[in-house]
Amino acid sequence: MENDVMIELKNLTKKFNDFTAVDHISFDVKKSEVFGLLGPNGAGKTTIIRMLSTLTRPTEGTATIGGYDIVKQDNKVRQLIGLVSEKMIMYDRLTAKENLRFFGKLYNIPKNTLNERIGELLELVQLTKWKDSKVGTFSTGMRQRMNVVRALLNMPKVLFLDEPTLGLDPQSTVEVREFIKKINKENKTTIILTTHMMNEADRLCDRIGIIDNGQITALDTSTNLKKLVSGDDATVLKLEIPNLTKKMVTKMESLDCVKSVAQENASHIKIHATGDKAFDAIIDAVRAENAKINSIEKLQPTLEDVFLHITGREVRDKADTKIPVKHGPGHRGFRQRRRVR
Amino acid sequence: MSRMGAKNMISHSFRIAWKDLLEVFRNRMGLVLLILMPIFMMVMVGYIYPSDNSLSNVTVALVNEDVGYGGYTNASSTLIAILENANNSTDLMTLTTASSFDEVREMIQRGDVDAGIIISSDFTSSIMNGQQGTITLVTDQSNLQMSSMLQAVLQEVFDQLGTGLAQQNVQSLGVDPSNSLAVVQPYNVQTEGAIEGDFSYFDFVAPGIIAMTVMMSVMTGLPVAISEERESGTLDGMMVAPISRLSVILGKTLAQIGRGLLQGLIIIVIAVSFFGVTIHGSILLVFALLLLCVFSFVGLGIVLTSFTKDQETATMLMTTIMFPMMFLSGVFFPIEQMPWFMQTLSNVLPLTYVTGALRKVMVLGADISMITTELAILIGFGTVMIAIAVPVFKRAMTS
Repeated sequence: MENDVMIELKNLTKKFNDFTAVDHISFDVKKSEVFGLLGPNGAGKTTIIRMLSTLTRPTEGTATIGGYDIVKQDNKVRQLIGLVSEKMIMYDRLTAKENLRFFGKLYNIPKNTLNERIGELLELVQLTKWKDSKVGTFSTGMRQRMNVVRALLNMPKVLFLDEPTLGLDPQSTVEVREFIKKINKENKTTIILTTHMMNEADRLCDRIGIIDNGQITALDTSTNLKKLVSGDDATVLKLEIPNLTKKMVTKMESLDCVKSVAQENASHIKIHATGDKAFDAIIDAVRAENAKINSIEKLQPTLEDVFLHITGREVRDKADTKIPVKHGPGHRGFRQRRRVR
Repeated sequence: MSRMGAKNMISHSFRIAWKDLLEVFRNRMGLVLLILMPIFMMVMVGYIYPSDNSLSNVTVALVNEDVGYGGYTNASSTLIAILENANNSTDLMTLTTASSFDEVREMIQRGDVDAGIIISSDFTSSIMNGQQGTITLVTDQSNLQMSSMLQAVLQEVFDQLGTGLAQQNVQSLGVDPSNSLAVVQPYNVQTEGAIEGDFSYFDFVAPGIIAMTVMMSVMTGLPVAISEERESGTLDGMMVAPISRLSVILGKTLAQIGRGLLQGLIIIVIAVSFFGVTIHGSILLVFALLLLCVFSFVGLGIVLTSFTKDQETATMLMTTIMFPMMFLSGVFFPIEQMPWFMQTLSNVLPLTYVTGALRKVMVLGADISMITTELAILIGFGTVMIAIAVPVFKRAMTS
């Protein structure tokens, strides 16, 4: 059991002046697990990644990767890890190959092995054709693939991915996600990724830690997290009613089995309900109002719902309001400083 | 640190330096500026800074009020003839005539002329009667530099004229013509530089510009290069690799040194081939001095880098420090020309010593034994700054 743990955090804390970005976080990540850190912007995800990848020193607490302490044995840790940060780690004026060769040399990889590996990696992300083109001429999707591949040069046992699909078009997003899955499966790489997108965490991660205000508020598999929101008898229905009226909504809200009704647009409503008879009761109530039902969809609770349930806020609300309310105009400066350290 | 660790550190720094230089050479616009900047600097300060032989096309209004003596006006007409001769044969000045002092003043106020020469009404009569003839020079006080220079030039012209006249006079008193000059002017003052050959302002300013360019590349180049990588995120890529933190700064510094020396070389080549600058001392010593310049400023550059978190601050900080350094270190103006408190300030700036030593070697042909004071100060300053810089940088990198 002990041997299964790849990453171990114990009361890991980071303070910036009087602001606590990461507040006594403890958790384990198992070998070859994909672990997701999910939370709104500014929750402390990036700071955790930066501490684990030895770029920032914790104020308090410790963490080990592969048994090595991230502060005392930082160079041992660095051998084991790869980092895909939010910003592209690539020099625009150098070609794809030159970039990879430069970073590879920092790991003391012998020349022949390195050249071979660069060839394989470029092939893997279908960039072989562009190996002698400057990275500055690449599209965002190509750059991100390069960014991921760069982190794999030293064949890391642990890969950190900070918002790996941020700013990518849907096609590139899918490509990068598939690639992450592939790395995890084929190389048994342990992966920690951060995201603010619920569906991404849901699709990629074995376990998810929900972070809010620098603390882990929930940690489990996506299935179990969803059960937190709803018992096994919970139903989420999405109805399309072209002639939807206010009266129908009020009527449904008054039903015993209905927990909440959310109107999504002029014709769509989402209903959270409990009990085995919920489905029938809702349909009957709608029918009684002469409603025309175009479609009914039974939904699984999303992580969006989980977050809402745990923090009592929507992800977006938080990201938009927290910064000005809590820290005032100075907060922007704080974030900038934190980034560059 | 083990030997293996040291070897790795050196090899990683060279990797980083090579990468940086590759980036510099791929940036065409930057490369052009790298060469153009020192040329601009040379041309600008070289041609704008006034010197005696650069004074040309000064417009002078001439007023002849001389009424003559017994029908003779030969004293003033001789003077005018000589002035006109000088006017035609050189492009020093352009003569125009005016009628009175008031008109000359008006012309200066309007900006039509730069100065005026007034020959007094009793000029010929005074000279004929054994008195001094008065010539008034009207100058433009709003342009002090030029008026004082013009004054010096005209003073010389009039002195020569006066001497010629005096020679004639003493000859008429029975002095042997071959001795007449010695009677009138017993002293023969000659100026000779310590080094043979023509000496221009370029010779004075070129060593300073070279020193300054090299200093700039280390002091501004380094913080800008590091904060640029920090902001773009690429610095993380290096820091996350198992390399010594020092190899990052060492590599970046090596790249800046390469860039600085290259720029220094470009200026030397331009100065020698286009501006007639002669290097009288050893060229090897010049390069050794440039390397020392780099060494003495690197520590300061690193300290400043550690304290600047973003590019904007880095650039601003650099400008603030660079500007006084440029003007107080005797790059453009001789230090001796400054008031005493400025001279004191100048004496604590390391650039003063680089400029001084470089000037001694390049202009005066000094050898290494003649610049030991400067060398000692620069080595001392560099060592102290690097000793401060290393721990400060290490701390700044892992906060």
